[in-house]
Amino acid sequence: MNEMSKTNADVMRTPLGRVRGLGSAKSGTHHWWMQRVTSIALLPLTLWFVVSMLSLAGASFAQTRAFLAWPVNAVLMLALIGLTFHHIAAGLQVVVEDYVRKDMQRIAALLVIKGGCWLMALVCAFAVLRVAFT
Amino acid sequence: MSYPPDPRQAAFAGRRSDGTPVQRPLSPHLQAYDMLQMTSAVSIMCRITGVAWSVGVLLLVWWLAALATGPGAFAQVQWFMSSFIGLLVLFGLTAAAWFHTLAGLRHLAWDAGHGFALPTVMKTGQWVMVATVVFTVLTWVVALVVWR
Repeated sequence: MNEMSKTNADVMRTPLGRVRGLGSAKSGTHHWWMQRVTSIALLPLTLWFVVSMLSLAGASFAQTRAFLAWPVNAVLMLALIGLTFHHIAAGLQVVVEDYVRKDMQRIAALLVIKGGCWLMALVCAFAVLRVAFT
Repeated sequence: MSYPPDPRQAAFAGRRSDGTPVQRPLSPHLQAYDMLQMTSAVSIMCRITGVAWSVGVLLLVWWLAALATGPGAFAQVQWFMSSFIGLLVLFGLTAAAWFHTLAGLRHLAWDAGHGFALPTVMKTGQWVMVATVVFTVLTWVVALVVWR
């Protein structure tokens, strides 16, 4: 009886129901897992980026464009952009969720982060494609 | 659960997935931790460098957009990146990126269940700090050799 009175909010839910509901965020460990997946993918990609930037130090406009227009580099840059902004959005979201306490402020900050990351990623992707196809 | 004496504690009130009420603390914050401890110092630095890197990525956006726009816009980016302030920003960004990457590797090892013993935590924390300095300097030595 004491056990029953403790579970007043979800008293009608079975343990299986709670598992299927995947917790309060309804996404289970997906967010956490994708942060890890993107971080692992970004290790080789970022290394490629740093080496590329080092090789481009002092390069001219035409040389830099030729570098990015090369299909392999264009595709790797697109992958880097997508994964980087996914990882940024996921990371900043956690920081905001941890430290911003007021609901409206937190939701507003999360929307700005999500929208900003999408826009910046699209700007980058559009630029890469424009360089690659013109 | 008794009524919280401090109204701010009401924000900590939550429920476990089985519906039982629970008072959860907020995440570790600067006032609650001795920031000179290896454990908390590397942890908060991992976040700070992550946020700094996120802001620094705007330079990538600028660089790519300028490259797609034309020689004039690209010259502006090159002027900034090779200015004293620009180089300082890029150097700081390199250090932040290395720190976040190395501390992130430490987190991935933890996620896989390795390195939880306190002496190991201290040792890997020191490695992260030393390796950040070494890799940052190494990156810039290569950069300056290529640039000249």
